[in-house]
Amino acid sequence: MAKVSRMSSIYSKFFTCLFTAVLALILIALIVLVWPEESLEEVDREKYQSVKIPSAPPVEIRNDSPLAAARDELCTFHKCFNVYECGYNDQTKISVYVYPIQQFQDETGASLLLSISKEFYEILSALIESPFYTDDPTKCCLYVPSIDLLNQNKLRLKETSQALASLKWWGDGSNHLLFNMLPGSVPEYNNVLDVDIGRSVIAGGGFSTTTYRRTYDVSIPVYNPLTADIQLPEKSYLEVRKWLVASTQTGLHEEYKAVLSQLDTSQLLYVDKCKTGDDKEWDLSKRCRDTETYSYPHILQEATFCLVLRGSRLGQTALYDAMKAGCIPVIVADGYVMPFSEVLDWKRGSVTIREDNLDSLVTVLQTFSIDKIYEMRQQIQFYFNEYFKTMKAITLATLHIINDRVFPYAAKKYEEWNDFPREGASHNPLFLPLMPPSSQGFTAVILTYDRLESLFEVILQVAKVPSLAKIIVVWNNQEKTPPHESAWPSVGKPLTVIPTTENKLSNRFKPYKEIETECILALDDDIVMLTADELQFGFEVWREFPDRLVGFPSRVHLWDNSTGKWRYESEWTNSISMVLTGAAFYHKYYSYLYTSNMPGNIKTWVDDHMNCEDIAMNFLISNFTGKAPIKVTPRKKFKCPECVNTEMLSADITHMVERSECINQFTSVYQSMPLKSVEFRADPVLYKDNYPPELKKFNDIGSL
Amino acid sequence: MQAKKRYTTAVLCGLIIVILYIVLRKLPKRFSQNGKLISMETAEFISFLDGSDYTFNEDLHVSARQRRSPLTVTDYSKCRMETCFDYSLCSNGFKVYVYPIDEKVSHSYNKILTSIQESRLYTSDPKQACLFILAVDTLDRDVLSVDMVQDLDNKIAKLPYWNNGKNHLIFNLYSGTWPDYVLNVDFNIGQAMLAKASMSTNTFRPGFDISFPLFAKDHPQKGGEKGHLYTSANNIPPTRYYLLGFKGKRYLTGIGSETRNSLYHIHNKKDIILLTTCRHGKNWQKTAKKLNDTRCDTDNEEYDKYDYKKLLYNATFCMVPRGRRLGSFRFLEVLQAGCVPVLLSNEWELPFSEVINWNKAALWGDERLLFQVPSIVRSVSHPDILDMRQQTQFLWDTYFSSVEKIVLSTLEIIKDRIDKHISRSLVMWNSLPGSTALLPEFSDSLQSFPFFYDQLGVTPGEKFTAVIYATTPVMFSSSPLFRLIRTIAKSAYTHKMIVIWHCDVSPPPSHRWPADLGVPVLVKTRNIKTISSRFYPYPEIETDAVFSFDEDALLTTDEIDFALSVWREFPSRIVGYPARSHHWDDAKNRWSYSSRWSNEYSIVLTGAAVYHRYYNHLYTYGLSSSLTRTVDESLNCEDILMNFLVSHVTKLPPIKVTHRKQYRESLLPNNSKNSQWMDSFHFAQRQICVDTFANIFGYMPLVRSRMRLDPILFKDPVSNLRKKYRQIEVVNT
Repeated sequence: MAKVSRMSSIYSKFFTCLFTAVLALILIALIVLVWPEESLEEVDREKYQSVKIPSAPPVEIRNDSPLAAARDELCTFHKCFNVYECGYNDQTKISVYVYPIQQFQDETGASLLLSISKEFYEILSALIESPFYTDDPTKCCLYVPSIDLLNQNKLRLKETSQALASLKWWGDGSNHLLFNMLPGSVPEYNNVLDVDIGRSVIAGGGFSTTTYRRTYDVSIPVYNPLTADIQLPEKSYLEVRKWLVASTQTGLHEEYKAVLSQLDTSQLLYVDKCKTGDDKEWDLSKRCRDTETYSYPHILQEATFCLVLRGSRLGQTALYDAMKAGCIPVIVADGYVMPFSEVLDWKRGSVTIREDNLDSLVTVLQTFSIDKIYEMRQQIQFYFNEYFKTMKAITLATLHIINDRVFPYAAKKYEEWNDFPREGASHNPLFLPLMPPSSQGFTAVILTYDRLESLFEVILQVAKVPSLAKIIVVWNNQEKTPPHESAWPSVGKPLTVIPTTENKLSNRFKPYKEIETECILALDDDIVMLTADELQFGFEVWREFPDRLVGFPSRVHLWDNSTGKWRYESEWTNSISMVLTGAAFYHKYYSYLYTSNMPGNIKTWVDDHMNCEDIAMNFLISNFTGKAPIKVTPRKKFKCPECVNTEMLSADITHMVERSECINQFTSVYQSMPLKSVEFRADPVLYKDNYPPELKKFNDIGSL
Repeated sequence: MQAKKRYTTAVLCGLIIVILYIVLRKLPKRFSQNGKLISMETAEFISFLDGSDYTFNEDLHVSARQRRSPLTVTDYSKCRMETCFDYSLCSNGFKVYVYPIDEKVSHSYNKILTSIQESRLYTSDPKQACLFILAVDTLDRDVLSVDMVQDLDNKIAKLPYWNNGKNHLIFNLYSGTWPDYVLNVDFNIGQAMLAKASMSTNTFRPGFDISFPLFAKDHPQKGGEKGHLYTSANNIPPTRYYLLGFKGKRYLTGIGSETRNSLYHIHNKKDIILLTTCRHGKNWQKTAKKLNDTRCDTDNEEYDKYDYKKLLYNATFCMVPRGRRLGSFRFLEVLQAGCVPVLLSNEWELPFSEVINWNKAALWGDERLLFQVPSIVRSVSHPDILDMRQQTQFLWDTYFSSVEKIVLSTLEIIKDRIDKHISRSLVMWNSLPGSTALLPEFSDSLQSFPFFYDQLGVTPGEKFTAVIYATTPVMFSSSPLFRLIRTIAKSAYTHKMIVIWHCDVSPPPSHRWPADLGVPVLVKTRNIKTISSRFYPYPEIETDAVFSFDEDALLTTDEIDFALSVWREFPSRIVGYPARSHHWDDAKNRWSYSSRWSNEYSIVLTGAAVYHRYYNHLYTYGLSSSLTRTVDESLNCEDILMNFLVSHVTKLPPIKVTHRKQYRESLLPNNSKNSQWMDSFHFAQRQICVDTFANIFGYMPLVRSRMRLDPILFKDPVSNLRKKYRQIEVVNT
């Protein structure tokens, strides 16, 4: 700008430059402030699901800072765990506070502890993201220090204990949870963390039964970061594997090596480190037997069983690897407390052999049936995916176990922890083989709209049954009020009329409190043809099958190959899978389930279509129990026999179509067909036998 | 113009400065480490474990064997099976030896010893034994008790196989006494295992000791009272008249007294009825006065208003608080009553906690949080109450209702530790029919047992194996045996036939047997010495269904197929044709047997019946020897015993299906002259059998049924062609 010829042009050039510079700056500012921030975070989220963990300024630990007390060996949940801060809310969920990450420095400012590991970071992230997390340390049940104790070899024992003791809410350490996967150090390898930790709870890998404080510590798996990210091909549990058992651990004790090398090499694949010149630099992804080389962990997928022998430590990453590869772990580590053994039933997914019996390894494993092997494979796959796979899964399982201790009445049940989903499996809610006492009798629940005449006839008919306890009429007509008390037939048994507020079919299955017996007889108001003997016999049969639907007219579902759909069938068939609830006995519990536990939209579908409530009930009961209903006594003509004409016939056809539609609709809700077919019906023991009728019970059966 | 440009320049420069300032201020915030939050980009991404870790180094311990037994000589508080138990003694199987009884033992201990001696695990030969039981009574170690045996240490030291307690099991119900009630027994147990009541989490050696239930002096030897639910209603809603009940003593002072002393706080006289009394000991009034306890009188008044049993039967939940000791009789009483226990006994190791999942049947309260108990019990859902109540009944009935059950469960728990790979999973212990009816040697897979099909979503196999019991020589090709074989072969579901040849005359040569059957026929002649051979679990039986036949059974293929189809719906029961029943004979004061036609039955004859092959295994290996001896000596009643066994396991009656009336019901050929006499002798024997079996089982397991199962269209007025099992209705002349 020193050369000045034309001031204005220079000025305008300068202006243009300035403008460009300003624009560029604004642009850069925008880029720096807005765009790059997003992109950076995106990268983070992809890679580490970035969770922000609070941090705090460094703390100075002096040489004479106090240590935490020694580990209290006698701690139990009831003795050392402070529960008073845990029951703050009505939710049955503990609250967990995570200390901010901070540096611990000596007087010179040098850091005393290594910064946290990737896995510990994942633990902390999982805690913070979990529903248990709270940021309020004054109202929490469990404290988790942000001090990484996963590997004892990376710790300075004294300083770590001092760091723990310096924590604000430490006290005596109670209600503090510490995660440790590799305890002990050369040469003895204690199987619990050697740091003084007072009364804190250890979630540790590699406990033995003598160091594990039952009800207090949590035994966790030893996660293997070296194999966790390796993708192994999917294998079916039905697959045949080449080796019966594989031993792939390195560094086994000479005594075990000697035993293993004696075993049948056609069954046992026993591999070790590949011998290279430099022992320090061996390749973790290779294992060798003599001259054969195998890649690890892939080789685990070639064996049905995988040996998990104790090494210098009890807890071994080999367990994690075996489970990841769908290989059934064989635990040879006396006294080892299996991961999450408080809640997981390891007999379902592993084999335990005493160290003394290692030589029987192959013979023992050969005794396992193929069914058992399939079951165990599915079981370990389930355990691995639910509780082992990631540090997050391990952390959450640990918290759930502690949560179950604090709120034992709301704890997850054995089945919830251990059962993998099985197709067609059922849990019968009435599993106890009870035969309800006949003295209770049954309650007849009659659904009616306005057919008074036939209703009264039904009432008179059912009143003759000796075991009848009570009659309940569900009055489903909102237009008319039920007749006055005096108008009802007097039958010598209590009779209650329950008017409903809406004309819904589901009203017949409500668990009315007026029903005081276990057994309900659902009855239509036009079922006049059943004799007292038939009903009494039906009740007797129900007493032998209180968990089933026991009824008179029956139907069956059939698969129609031409339409690819289910079809409803009422013709003379040789099998049945449903009984109609126009006349059927069932347990009151099913009324409760129908009303409050019906899956999907089935209940509203039934009420909207004014049809198929009986099919819905058959589906419900069969689905819960896995059992078929019971048909009692021979077939009778049910709907008025005299009114058969062409009109009725076409009505019948639409009826059948609608019913078939119901079956297909319900099947799609259940996602499988719960109905079961059987080929029998129940008759009195001497039915149609050549025997004097005066000695027979239930003579009036099958007559019209 | 110039001025305007200068101003603009100034403004633009200012703008640049402001933007730069903002940008520079923002930058350090994002990239510095002094911010409040740490996210992953600042953490170091080093794994806690890498290839250089010691984990992969050699295990250099001096001796792996030595590492396993780290026990010092005196510290037995850390005993475990692998350190304090000698497995080598169990190589011949799990046998239990009881030392000869040479001094008087208490009534309760006598029951324990009797149960062991009558069990199939008992051996009288100490050389065979894996487990040793003392004949010295160790049950009561309360010095204030009259039952306490003196000089115990000396007596124990003299035992010939003591070996410092190795492989010994010591039973104990009470240890310690007033005032501190110590949890350990007062004599030297060495390396013996303890089966002890009221153990605490801390003194209990997991996997070694057994937490034992406390039972009363009058607890029955066998059988035992049925659960209350069996005689009452399992109704909905499952809540009973009271929500929570308790009635018992309270101690005014001393160990464990606080828990019961504070119960009155949550007693509300409406649905939570917690009653305590101070009336015990001679001087209770004095003590109350001394301690200034003013509630005693009002408490006693309230206490007397309620009956103990009625309260248990009418409460949904029952409080089981600790007394002086952690466990109490109440726990078992509450289980029997079908009242869901609410435990207030911190650190108590519940009975058989090694195998029983108590959270399926009980609720844990915390003594420290008594005031939460009402809201806890109110929060339990109705389906959960129903589940838990049924579970209390199952557990009571299977493991606790008699001393025999308690003792056998204890032994089975130890047996399960010996060969871990053939032991029962927790599913087997905690669901019907319970572990005492499940022999793990039969199969390692739940699918092989007849009890878990629904639970696993599988069905029993379609095919059956026919097992034909033959006792008479075959003369003609038209003999009943050959006719039966041909009939069975016609069924599409026959997998194999096995003929059990129990006859002095050897069977006909193979070329005389029916040919071209399409199914293999196997004739067993070796080692057929007893009638029980017909129920032997031959390895050749590979199907779930076993169809048992007498050689003279007259059946059609349709009848066989129909019975099989019924059995597949009831795989845990016996499905057969001719039925019998039992009854109580008042005149003779014993159980009796009847073969008359009647409206009820409780036995189906195994001359033609289908059942699960597991029952062959259970019959052969699971019954006490006195039962099978009765059968083998009388050459009779094997079918009755099978019915006893199956009903004992399932608590359900057998199932009778329809059959044509001309089925010959006698079991012996009618052609001999003295058959009349033989028949009545045979019948009298069977009457005695029923009574003998009931005595050995300790109760009558048979259950009556009033129905028979027929094909859907049986005798219906419809063309026979429509019927699947039409032969059943064709009268054979």
